[in-house]
Amino acid sequence: MKVEVKHRKNKLGIVGWIGGGRFGAERYAYALHRLTGLGILAYFLLHIFVTGSRIGGRQSWESAMANFKTPLFKFGEFLVFLAFAYHALNGLRLIITELGFMLGKAQRPVFPYVTSVHRQRPLFIGLMIVAAIIIIFGGADFYFI
Amino acid sequence: MRESTLWFWHIIAGAVIFVFLGLHMFIMHLESILGFLGLGYGGDVTSAQSVFMRSQQGFYMVTYIVLLGAALYHGLYGFRNILFELSLSRTLEKIINWFFALGGLALFIYGTYVTVFIFFNPTAV
Repeated sequence: MKVEVKHRKNKLGIVGWIGGGRFGAERYAYALHRLTGLGILAYFLLHIFVTGSRIGGRQSWESAMANFKTPLFKFGEFLVFLAFAYHALNGLRLIITELGFMLGKAQRPVFPYVTSVHRQRPLFIGLMIVAAIIIIFGGADFYFI
Repeated sequence: MRESTLWFWHIIAGAVIFVFLGLHMFIMHLESILGFLGLGYGGDVTSAQSVFMRSQQGFYMVTYIVLLGAALYHGLYGFRNILFELSLSRTLEKIINWFFALGGLALFIYGTYVTVFIFFNPTAV
């Protein structure tokens, strides 16, 4: 028997997922994960066509690349790199927790309450530190070396 | 297809992207650092010589196609989920499903064609 799932009306719309309210850092990480995901997707769709210019040969590739050798594009590309580093490391945390790791065992809710969100926080902080290190190295590669 | 199956493949695609895009990013954007440590290729990684050299290696051809498929699925499914949270009508949801499925498939065919063509026709490009 097919069960029809009724959708609940989303009254807050886009504002609902951008604003994290008092729900902690992970709620903002979620909003940023979506934002960076959309940015990466937009870049990726363009990237498919830009790299597709290889089919026209070396000259076609070089003329396509010549359009992107501007400081503005370089900065945009660095933003995509930032988004990638964040999205990849936060995504790794999401996969780990989705599979049930780093959340601890279920326990009776006794004050002071420790939830699964608290238990995975060291993982979140650790992976954000790794993302920051990658961003620093990437920034050095983009602008200084 | 069941939503849980689509979600499962979204996670699998994410893990695949983590490995292959991580590798791609290291090669493209940490090249100077790798070169500094004596591990890189050296030179401009976006130059025609460097790009076509990679494009004509079997390892890169396969990873580009796997990455293309995984990234299209992960990205378009993720975008679809964001749109679906906005309480759209059933008709609009169906239109989005078909548009993303067919658009994603078309992009995958296009990207794969370019990658395979360059790999098998090194003298033509």
